[in-house]
Amino acid sequence: MKKLLLSPRYRALWPYLLLAGALLLLAVFAPWLTPQDPYVQDLSISLQPPGGDHLLGTDRYGRDLLSRVIAGSQTTLCASLLLLVFIAVVGSVIGIFCGYRGGWADTFLMRLSDVFLAFPEMVFAIAVAGVLGGGLIQAALALALIGWPKYARLARGLVLTIRTAPYMEAARMAGCSTLTILWQHVTPNVAGPILVTAALNVGTIIMELAGLSFLGLGAMPPTAEWGAMMNNGRSMLQTAPWIILGPGVAIFVSVAIFNLLGDKLRDVLDVRRK
Amino acid sequence: MRKYVFQRFLQLIPILVGITFLTFGMMQFAADDAVDVMFEQSGGVTEEVKAAKRAELGLDQAFLVQYGHWLQGVVTGDMGRSYISGKLVFDTFMDKMPATVELMLASVGLTLLFAIPLGIYAAVRQNRWPDYIIRFLTFVGNSLPNFFVGLLLIYFLALQAGLFPVMSSADNPLSVVLPAVTLAIAMGAKYTRQIRAVVLEELAKPYVAGARARGVPERWILWRDVLKSSFITIITLLALSVGSLLGGTAIVESIFMWDGVGKMAVDAILMRDYPLIQSYVVWMSFIYVSVNLAADLLYHYFDPRIRYGKGDNA
Repeated sequence: MKKLLLSPRYRALWPYLLLAGALLLLAVFAPWLTPQDPYVQDLSISLQPPGGDHLLGTDRYGRDLLSRVIAGSQTTLCASLLLLVFIAVVGSVIGIFCGYRGGWADTFLMRLSDVFLAFPEMVFAIAVAGVLGGGLIQAALALALIGWPKYARLARGLVLTIRTAPYMEAARMAGCSTLTILWQHVTPNVAGPILVTAALNVGTIIMELAGLSFLGLGAMPPTAEWGAMMNNGRSMLQTAPWIILGPGVAIFVSVAIFNLLGDKLRDVLDVRRK
Repeated sequence: MRKYVFQRFLQLIPILVGITFLTFGMMQFAADDAVDVMFEQSGGVTEEVKAAKRAELGLDQAFLVQYGHWLQGVVTGDMGRSYISGKLVFDTFMDKMPATVELMLASVGLTLLFAIPLGIYAAVRQNRWPDYIIRFLTFVGNSLPNFFVGLLLIYFLALQAGLFPVMSSADNPLSVVLPAVTLAIAMGAKYTRQIRAVVLEELAKPYVAGARARGVPERWILWRDVLKSSFITIITLLALSVGSLLGGTAIVESIFMWDGVGKMAVDAILMRDYPLIQSYVVWMSFIYVSVNLAADLLYHYFDPRIRYGKGDNA
């Protein structure tokens, strides 16, 4: 892996990996990086414009917005990435199982995925998150429920193309167990395209999860979360436009970094031409 | 062709049944009971009254029986009454739908108006500065969440410049501009990229070299031949983007107070008006599925190279 990343072909990935890594470090260590407590209220300094002690200003409860944006990186980014890993892994496992085993379970799961794919993603997510009563976990669950079929279909298709390959037969004849075959031969073939799809999907997931919070269906106040913070600042757009600016730019920059990384990863792994 | 069309319609039936079943089923997971929600405002209602109401609504019956009744209603256009307003769900829905359709058409129109020329221009000027600028802009557009774009447009163009109304109203034709632009930015970015890619691909084909060698003017090649072949890509994009557009209208309509089904759904969710939410999900999915079917049939009409029934129907 290390040698691979240092090869000339993969060198182009480095700047983007560093940017994404920096973002992740920020998200993980957010609680130690905030200049002030993101939750402490002080009404005497409410709605202060950016500058001075509060680089991004304060909100209506006098909370420091820079601290809230930093704290929000943990909620928004970690939740989005965990959600994505969950969707990609569960979807791929289902897809690999369906592709490798076939049979009635395959038919059933694929018909089920057809139905999920027939819902517009956000329409479904808004309704499910709402019905479940709102909350970050509920919103993530809604997105997971609608998100897995894409990965299942992709993984299944990839498995079908290699299922009858000579090396698979050789492995079976050599007496490898199913698990060994799946891990040693199937997974490496599926991993590349799944990784690229997932990388290109990070931005969308961040925007969707933040979008649900923006509608009041995701993270609940007083949680520092970018979408929820923008929902909070929405009604004060005229008097305090800076409230939405910090979280808005933060979402934009994060999505942009992951989109760049995804684009580059696709070019490097050249998935499309496979 | 006729056989293929028939087959596709048959394949639609299990999907539609699945959509209605899942939509109905998910309401069973609701965090709170429908009848409790209905009597929330009146307060202090005895359990007997609630039980009677449940019997009246059929909520005490088995799940599948309830589903059967509800499905019958979906087919006949009787989807029950809103818990909050008491009006027929179907009427409310039909009342709000034209506004959403108007917004969607406006944003798609705007998207095509900008994306087609920009995509072609970027392809023709590949790897020169107009291409770089257009690619940069599409990248930015693709990374901006629509709620941020919407709020920025409201702040700068409505609140500061006063060019557009902050909240939509039926009698101001300018109301549609900002929500349509908000939806068009993300969509336009995606379209421009795809159109650029497909035009580049077409321009590399032998027939273009042949046409050039015969002295056909470049403009003709572009607008007559290349654009015609890119048509399939544009149809695919349109069909796919209807899904994200339908979801996007929910957010954008609530930001701009645009009185369509998206805002209706978000309001309904915040007030736990389940019959309205159900009808919203079912109808949006029906629209999405129908548009994709129409697009699929259109490809077959326009592109005889695609073989009937042999595609990816795994």
